[in-house]
Amino acid sequence: MAVLVFAEHDNKQLKSETHKLVNAASKLADDVTILVAGEGCAAVADEAAKISGVSKVLLADNPVYANQLAENIGDLVTELAENYTHIIAAATTTGKNFMPRVAALLDVAQISDIIAVESEDTFVRPIYAGNAIATVQSSDTKKVITVRASAFDAAEEGGSASVEALDTVKVSDKSAFVSAELTKSERPELTAAEVIISGGRGMQNGENFKLLEGIADKLGAAIGASRAAVDAGFVPNDMQVGQTGKIVAPQLYIAVGISGAIQHLAGMKDSKIIVAINKDEEAPIFQVADYGLVGDLFDVLPELEAAL
Amino acid sequence: MKILVPVKRAIDYNVKVRVKADNSAVDLTNTKMSINPFCEIAVEEAVRLKEKGIASEIVVVSVGDKACQEQIRTALALGADRGLQIDTSDVLDSLQIAKLLTKVVEEEQPQLVILGKQSIDSDNNQTGQMMAALTGMPQGTFASVVDIDGDKVKVTREIDGGLQTVELNLPAVVTTDLRLNEPRYATLPNIMKAKRKPIDVKSANDFGVTLTSNVKTLKVEAPAQRKGGIKVADVAELVEKLKTEAKVI
Ligand SMILES: Cc1cc2nc3c(=O)[nH]c(=O)nc-3n(C[C@H](O)[C@H](O)[C@H](O)COP(=O)(O)OP(=O)(O)OC[C@H]3O[C@@H](n4cnc5c(N)ncnc54)[C@H](O)[C@@H]3O)c2cc1C
Ligand SMILES: Nc1ncnc2c1ncn2[C@@H]1O[C@H](COP(=O)(O)O)[C@@H](O)[C@H]1O
Repeated sequence: MAVLVFAEHDNKQLKSETHKLVNAASKLADDVTILVAGEGCAAVADEAAKISGVSKVLLADNPVYANQLAENIGDLVTELAENYTHIIAAATTTGKNFMPRVAALLDVAQISDIIAVESEDTFVRPIYAGNAIATVQSSDTKKVITVRASAFDAAEEGGSASVEALDTVKVSDKSAFVSAELTKSERPELTAAEVIISGGRGMQNGENFKLLEGIADKLGAAIGASRAAVDAGFVPNDMQVGQTGKIVAPQLYIAVGISGAIQHLAGMKDSKIIVAINKDEEAPIFQVADYGLVGDLFDVLPELEAAL
Repeated sequence: MKILVPVKRAIDYNVKVRVKADNSAVDLTNTKMSINPFCEIAVEEAVRLKEKGIASEIVVVSVGDKACQEQIRTALALGADRGLQIDTSDVLDSLQIAKLLTKVVEEEQPQLVILGKQSIDSDNNQTGQMMAALTGMPQGTFASVVDIDGDKVKVTREIDGGLQTVELNLPAVVTTDLRLNEPRYATLPNIMKAKRKPIDVKSANDFGVTLTSNVKTLKVEAPAQRKGGIKVADVAELVEKLKTEAKVI
């Protein structure tokens, strides 16, 4: 058994998902290799080498991998897959984008979004927006798997793996990067935050999200949103939590003006403590909340900020 | 240009999901089934491209038993031109669906294939990417804007950090995200018209694709329920509980 782990990073920094992937990988085999593919990302590879339990880091540092285009990364990983029994990546928009290509090119199924490893061929994954949990077994020769990072603890630091540079260049002439509009924020990332405060349609507009910011500052929290808040244009798409947005599991999740549709719950119901603030005492969010506060958010939020 | 839109019959997104008592699967008896919401967005996008004069024909294809003709009809009522049912009652995974769709692409030679990014039942998020790899077409997944420009398409993608725009040579594969468009409702005259649009039926066995999956579902269980919490009277009590009881702040 040998596992290839695809590192999640932004060319500058390794993301915390990678540590969680390594933990998941260590449940599959002792031999764990990390692939860092990107441009100017040597420092990321050095960081990855320090994760405990990693035997080797492969560094594919080339402009063709700078923006993680699925065609290029997919071909690279497919070629490397020869030496591994398991290929795993995070179920992020990067992993979801290229991993099914790897599976198809290897002619095996992909197991998406696993939350537990039962054995080297048996995995647990949510289906139907988390309303059912399936245990699946794969008899494919190679297992191509995406992992829900929030379901795994992070592997510790303390390793000293070697870094090996690859000169494989895979580039498709059919797709090209044009531009990126990345949200800049001083706050922690949603998927890494210990505390999240999210706003829904009840916030009424984007301006009112300022009411959440003061509280987020005090709690060191990330700010999230429901689909309704994103669709209405209050906040950008990368803030959406849910079945089709980000899946989070912080220590504390505060839902403000969010009704609690199953698609939203799918993204946050594994949080340790859930607080709901809603003026409708019948709102379904109260069924999953550890602490519910019935009230008008425009009264409650300023009070809460002052009380912290 | 011709657009191919694969659509899936799936549980309606409003339905409460129940697991069968023997833990073999989700219970779908007498549940409302609909077109997977992301596929509906895919159909709508194709129809808009036709209305703009960019697309000339929209073909919808669904893999499944006879019942999925209902979803093909829905797509026809929304504005697609003709349907294809690939008949099978086997439970397939995304790889087999992608292989079948690849055969359809070889036959139909569409310039654009628009799929949903994810089925809301299996939550796989695989088929479009797999099909792109198998057909050799480039892919633009999780699209919130699709802009056809001559023999290229620009796709703005919703990614974890924000938005990314890629440019793809046609023919290409696009998968839809929620904010690509808001699907229209089918009007009664269009529902009537859709009844006369053709649906071709082909047996999945005729495509030369191995239809067995290597992934076995061992069991399906209901998720652990959160134990009900309490209502607090005011902000002071909330903060107090978070500090001393939950110890999270
Ligand atoms: C295929 C599909 C995928 C989806 N994916 C997602 C997803 O990933 N994430 C997601 O969130 N949704 C998703 N949805 C949408 C989901 O079904 C709901 O429509 C959405 O979550 C509702 O958002 P909301 O709770 O903010 O809005 P609403 O349901 O409108 O709720 C607003 C709430 O705010 C409360 N409120 C209003 N004013 C105040 C006030 N002044 N003070 C206090 N409370 C107030 C109201 O009582 C109400 O409970 C998806 C839907 C589909 C079909
Ligand atoms: N049985 C099917 N028939 C036609 N299209 C399908 C089928 N299953 C999946 N698809 C397409 O693939 C998309 C993604 O599905 P999935 O990979 O299963 O999450 C769907 O939104 C459909 O466009």
